Parts: sequence; C-alpha cells; structure tokens
Amino acid sequence: MSEKPGWKSLPEGDVVKAGTAAEFKTGDWRSERPVWFPERCIHCLFCWISCPDSSIIVKDQKMTGIDYDHCKGCGICAKECPVKPQKALEMKPERGEETCQK
Amino acid sequence: MASLKELSTRKDPLTGGHRMCPGCGAPIVVRQILMASKDPVVVVSATGCLEVSTTIFPYSAWTVPFLHNAFENAGATMSGVEAAYQNLKKKGKMTEHVNFVAFGGDGGTYDIGLQSLSGAMERGHDMLYVCYNNEAYMNTGVQRSGATPMGANTTTEPAGKVLQGKREWRKDLTEIMVAHSIPYVAQGIIGNWSDLTRKAEKAFSIRGPKFINVLQPCRLGWGYKPDSTLELARRAYETCVWPVYEVENGVYKISKPKEKKPVVEYLKGQDRFRHLFKPGNEKLIADIQAEVDRRWNLLLAKEATK
Amino acid sequence: MSKIVAKTGNEAMAEAMRQINPDVVAAYPITPATEIVMIFAKYVADGLVDTNFVAVESEHSAMSACVGASAAGVRVMTGTSSQGLCLMYEILPIAAALRLPIVMCDVNRAISGPINIHCDHSDTMAARDFGWLQIFSENSQEAYDSLIQAIRIAEDPRVHLPTMVTTDGFIISHCLDKIEILDDKDVTAFIGQDRKANNRLLDLKNPTSVGLLDLQDYYFEHRVPVAQAMKDSKKVILEVADEFAKKFGRKYGLIEEYKLADAEVAIVALGSTCGTAKVVIDELRAKGVKAGMLKIRVFRPFPAEEIVKALSNVKALAVLDRSDTWSAQGGQVFTEIRSAFYEAAKKPKITNFIYGLGGREIDLPQLHTVFESLKNIDKQPVVQYLGVRE
Ligand SMILES: Cc1ncc(C[n+]2csc(CCOP(=O)(O)OP(=O)(O)O)c2C)c(N)n1
Ligand code: SF4
Ligand code: SF4
Ligand code: SF4
Ligand SMILES: [Mg+2]
Repeated sequence: MSEKPGWKSLPEGDVVKAGTAAEFKTGDWRSERPVWFPERCIHCLFCWISCPDSSIIVKDQKMTGIDYDHCKGCGICAKECPVKPQKALEMKPERGEETCQK
Repeated sequence: MASLKELSTRKDPLTGGHRMCPGCGAPIVVRQILMASKDPVVVVSATGCLEVSTTIFPYSAWTVPFLHNAFENAGATMSGVEAAYQNLKKKGKMTEHVNFVAFGGDGGTYDIGLQSLSGAMERGHDMLYVCYNNEAYMNTGVQRSGATPMGANTTTEPAGKVLQGKREWRKDLTEIMVAHSIPYVAQGIIGNWSDLTRKAEKAFSIRGPKFINVLQPCRLGWGYKPDSTLELARRAYETCVWPVYEVENGVYKISKPKEKKPVVEYLKGQDRFRHLFKPGNEKLIADIQAEVDRRWNLLLAKEATK
Repeated sequence: MSKIVAKTGNEAMAEAMRQINPDVVAAYPITPATEIVMIFAKYVADGLVDTNFVAVESEHSAMSACVGASAAGVRVMTGTSSQGLCLMYEILPIAAALRLPIVMCDVNRAISGPINIHCDHSDTMAARDFGWLQIFSENSQEAYDSLIQAIRIAEDPRVHLPTMVTTDGFIISHCLDKIEILDDKDVTAFIGQDRKANNRLLDLKNPTSVGLLDLQDYYFEHRVPVAQAMKDSKKVILEVADEFAKKFGRKYGLIEEYKLADAEVAIVALGSTCGTAKVVIDELRAKGVKAGMLKIRVFRPFPAEEIVKALSNVKALAVLDRSDTWSAQGGQVFTEIRSAFYEAAKKPKITNFIYGLGGREIDLPQLHTVFESLKNIDKQPVVQYLGVRE
C-alpha cells in the first residue's frame, strides 16, 4: 500500500491514461504456453484476430511472436491455426523457466 | 472489406494485462468490432465482466477513449456522449468523424438496461450498441438472464432434483431491436471474424442507431476448455441455435450453415447443459430442438417475405 | 439591460437556462418541474439556444446522459423533482466522483408513498449525501440568480462538483413573482462562454479511461477528494456571490440572517417558508419579542461554523424541517445543526418541528405556535410534527 499514491497526488476524478494495463503482467497465469514455429507459419493472422489478450505480436502485417508477458495460455491461437498437419502454434506445458518474457 | 493484414495495421483497442479469464470471448468481440473502424472510436461500457476486468484502477486495457457509468445505462450514457459530440461538431469545435460504440453484457442489455437501450435507439443517436452475449450474469457468478437458453444451469435457476435449469425460452432481443425500425440490426458470433468485422464495417458506414448481438461463449459459465471458445460459437451457428443474420432497413439476410446440425452437437460440450443428458430428460432436448427449428423457420420466412 | 418581469419559479429557471445556453440538456417531465423542461424544449425548437436537447425515456437515463455528456467535456444541465430525483439517485454519486459540474434545477416535492405532487424537502434531503452542492431558494429571484451562479461554482476548478438549485414545488415553481432578469450578455460574461473541462473523454489525441473499478486500494482515495472539494466550495460560493453582488446588486451568502443580531428566540428554515416566517418575526418584533431567523441557502456544503456563529447568542431555537429522517431523532436540518453545536461553548436550547409534508400549508398562526413553544423550550420534546391531525 505504502508506495501507492495518496489522494492528493491522484488525478481528479476516476480517470487514467489509456492502455495502462499493458504494465500489468498476466503471463504467470499460464499453465501451458503457445510455442510458435516460424518455419510452418503462413502469416494468415488467424491467431492474432482470435487472441483475447492481444498477445500475438504482429509487425508489418506478419506474425512475429508471442507476448509472454500477457499471454494467459488459453490455447485459442493454437486451435485456430489452420496449418496442417503440424500447426505453426503448439501448446506446451509451462516449464519452470521464466514465465514473463518475450 | 478489410483483410486481416489491413486490420493488423490498425490500433488494437485493448492491451494485454486485463483480468478476463483465459480464453474469454468478450475481448475478442471488442477487438473484432472496434478494429473494423477506420475512424476514431469512443467507447462506453456497462458494468459487467468486460468493464470490471478491463479497468481495475490504475490499469485500463482500453487504448481508445472509454467511459463506464453504471450497469443499466450504457445506451443512455452514450446518448449523452454523442449529444455532446454533435454539439461540438455543430459549433465547429470537433471536425473528425467518430464512431460511438456502447458495449453491454446480456444482463446489461436484455434485462436491466433494455429501457435505456430502447430509448437510445428510438431517439436515433448515431451509435453502435454491441451486446456481448454470454447468456448469463457472469460477473456476479452465472445467474440467469433473459438471454439464458432453456435448460441451462445457472445459479439462480440451477439444475436440481426436480428442476432442470432454466424453464423459460430466451427472449429474442435482436427481433426487439428490429422492431425499433433502426437502420441496421445484426446477430453474429466470434467464431467468424470476417463476418463479424464485415457487420461492424457495415454498421460504421451507416449513420443513426445500430445494434449487433454477438454470441460470446464464456468458459467459466458455460463450462468448457478455454481453447474452444470460437469453436463453440461456430457450433451455435451450425446448429441454428444462434442464427447469424442481419437486417438492413428491414431486409433480412441470413447466413445459412452448409448443413444444419442437431442441437445436441452444440449442447453436449458444455457443463451448463450436462444434466440434460441424464436419462429422463430426452424430452427436454427434443423440446429445445423443436423450438430452435421453429425460430429458425420463422426467420427464414422473414427473409423470404422481405 | 436587465428588466423586471413577472415569472413563476419554473419560468425563471427556464429563462436562466436559456441565458446559460448549455451545450447538452437531458431531461424528463415530472410535476412540478415539467414546465422547466417544456419551456426549454420550446427554446430549442425556436432556435433560441444552441443546446442539444436529449428527451430521454426516464430520469435515470437523464442523469446517465448528463454524465456521458459532461464527461465528454461540455456544459450540461437537467431538471427534475421527487420520483424523478429518486430514479436518479444511483447516478448522482457517480457524477460527483467523476467530478462533473452538472447543474440541476430541482423542484422540491414529496416522495411517494403515498404519491403526492406537492412540496416538501424529502426528495432533495434524501440526496444530501451524494456529493452534490445543494442551494435552496426562498423565491423565484433567488432561484434565477442561484442557477446562474451555480454554473460558475460547479465549474470552478476548486470545486468541480455537480450542483442542484432547488425551488419549492408549486409554492415557488408555479407562483408568479416579480423578478429582475439580467441582460443575456451579462450572463454569458459572468459564467464564461464555455466550460473549461479537463480530462475530456472526447480528447481523441490524449485518450483516457473514465469510471474505472476501484478495489480496496483506491476507492477511499477517490472519495476523499469529493469531501475536500465540498469543503473548498464554501469559499468559491462566497466569491461567486460577491462578484454577483458587485455586478448585479443582489447579495447572497451560505446563510441569511434575519433580525438575528439581538435575537433571543429564533427559528431555522429553508426555502419558501422563510418568506412567511419573516412576516411572523416582524409581528413578534412589533410586540417586543426578540425574534429572529436563520435561513439556510446552501445546505451542501453544510455551513456549520457559520450557523453556530450566527446562533450562539440565541437562547431558544426551533429548527424547521420539511422532511424527516425517520430516525426518531428529527429531520435532516435539525440533526445536522444539533451536531454542529456539540463542541460550541455557547449554544441555544434546540427543538425540532417537522412540518409541511406533502404540501401541507404552513401559515402564520402555526409559525406563531412555534415561537410560542420556545418560551418553555425545556418542556418540548426533541421533535414534534407541526400541523398534523392526531
Ligand atoms: C443496479 C445494479 N444491479 C446489480 C448490479 C450487480 N451486477 C454487476 S454486473 C452484473 C451482471 C452482469 O451481467 P451481464 O450484463 O450479462 O455481463 P457479464 O458479467 O455476463 O459480462 C450484476 C448483476 C449492479 N452493478 N448494479
Ligand atoms: S494462448 Fe491464448 S492468450 Fe496466449 S497468445 Fe494464444 S490466444 Fe493469446
Ligand atoms: S494462425 Fe498459425 S499460420 Fe496463421 S499466423 Fe498464426 S501461427 Fe501463423
Ligand atoms: S466469467 Fe466468462 S465472461 Fe467473465 S471473464 Fe470469465 S470467461 Fe469471460
Ligand atoms: Mg452476461
């Protein structure tokens, strides 16, 4: 509690700047993580449009990776990935390694 | 219609770091609807899972202007925002076009917020109202709503020794909105992004009140594995449990599944319907099938008559 | 140029609204406030104002739309009464917590049940704890003047709180009164052409989120600033009143003292009753009774220090409440005044009369009875109901 601002230093009203939740990490919610295999990826972006946590990173209209700081490991992206026979996204057990990293 | 590649260049309305359950469909509704807008958007949300989980002070997942007022008044609140905008525009103090989008859960839309929504639509405000419909009051722990389907287990109409979950058919809010004679009404699912973003694009191209009712599977309240959120929505479409259609200026256009599947295909994967598969409840499933068929045929007839 | 005209309280408030020319008005009809909305709607229809008028489908939606519009950054007004105000209760504290300077014309009317359309203060008093400033009016002129001042007060950065200006249903709202209407230009100059909003929802370049969920760690920090702003608003109310007096000649305070300087017996009242009471006090004074009155103009913020100071030399005091808390401890005004006197070294004996519920007339003989009772205040119960049949 002590490091949180007191009422005198909060902005007036119940207001915050847009998008501050990006600072809040939800990556440690995962029990499974999506692992991306770039060589199989056809950059259809189905994973990107389906992710509830805005955790598929797209640059220049191409899939470039997963935001493990926020990805909750729901598995929707892997399920929606259309590549056959082996998907370009596979769910793997979350191991002991650092959970919040790119 | 914008391709996924093109959509990916637009601003994501949400950041990660919100507290919706893993696999929740609600943020998918928000992303697929709002990214269809080429113009700036301003959002109002009713109280409910979406609002509560995306805006826990001081963390907001919204990258676009966002206002939450209360549970039953998203329609009225947006009426005020839009009126203010029209005033600023009239006076030349704002020039850019803005798309105003109100989100409400089924509770905040079908039930407690119906009057506020109806008023806003009737008054002709230039806004899109989106019901993210998970068919119960999820935020308060899966209570029944007017959108909950017959037979579903909820905490206020639970399946027990003598009762088998919800005893009433859900109300048809989309048709209630059609009866408002507004320019655009649609029903969609999150399992078909191209259809949903196309509907949102259509809505944004029309001035006046618009309404889209989006079926949003809730892994917690419906009881299924979180990776199946979109698949389950598609099954609702394929079984005609949740018809996907639009009504533009009174003209119906229905997306028909290639093959109409039996409702059990949809019911079976969900915990909220599990009790229906107990011996003795066969009649209930048959009733549900009959009602789904009846409503589907009614809808087809509406399309046929124009 | 200002002009003297005959107007009812509702007409006076509607006229002030025309001159204020708010950007958005969202309102719903209810007796006795309906006329304000109707007259204003006609102004809109005739192009006399630039307002976007939202004719909502309920008062709940009226206040909800006001919150939306005010959060968007524009100047917003509404008007209501009784059941309408009750329907707004859920949203009133949200407007305060979001620090939105919405200004409301509130016509005091009894709350159901039984349903009744006439004046008492129960609707407004039940809204006293929602973080709204509350200004009562003795007559149409005060209502008109206060409504104009309310815009300045509510929009002052030291305040940024919603404000309601009240009249008494029918007694003021529907009675013709001679009032001075200011020049349109003077009103505009006084209130400023536009509201200067911070944190506008419609600021597309600097997007914000407004109305977030607070858990245990922030809610308190978002409520205390409302208390602070309420406290700070006293100074602002007086500054605005001073400027108004300098420009337009009529002087207002948080309270008004009537023949209190040497008073031994006194009453406290709000609203239209104060006019009647002044007649009684003059009659008593003519008979040599040192009678006086304290009128509360501003009930929120509550002018506790000012009241204590003004009444400390009085020996016996009757507080008149036109509403009840149903606590068996008296009405809202009484309980707050009694509490204000707790620490005072010098204080009067205080008794409470609850009167005029549902528009029951308060006449000169009744007020004489009240003063009469102060002669033996020790024998009075804490609270009694005045003018009710047993
Ligand atoms: C006036 C009022 N009544 C009740 C509540 C409690 N409440 C908050 S959210 C909610 C249910 C929301 O259900 P829905 O609109 O379907 O949204 P969901 O949580 O399912 O996304 C309820 C009952 C409230 N906040 N306000
Ligand atoms: S697992 Fe879920 S949260 Fe993680 S990237 Fe895939 S869809 Fe997004
Ligand atoms: S869904 Fe699969 S193929 Fe398509 S972009 Fe994502 S990882 Fe690549
Ligand atoms: S309870 Fe359902 S709607 Fe709410 S966040 Fe969880 S999955 Fe989403
Ligand atoms: Mg719901």
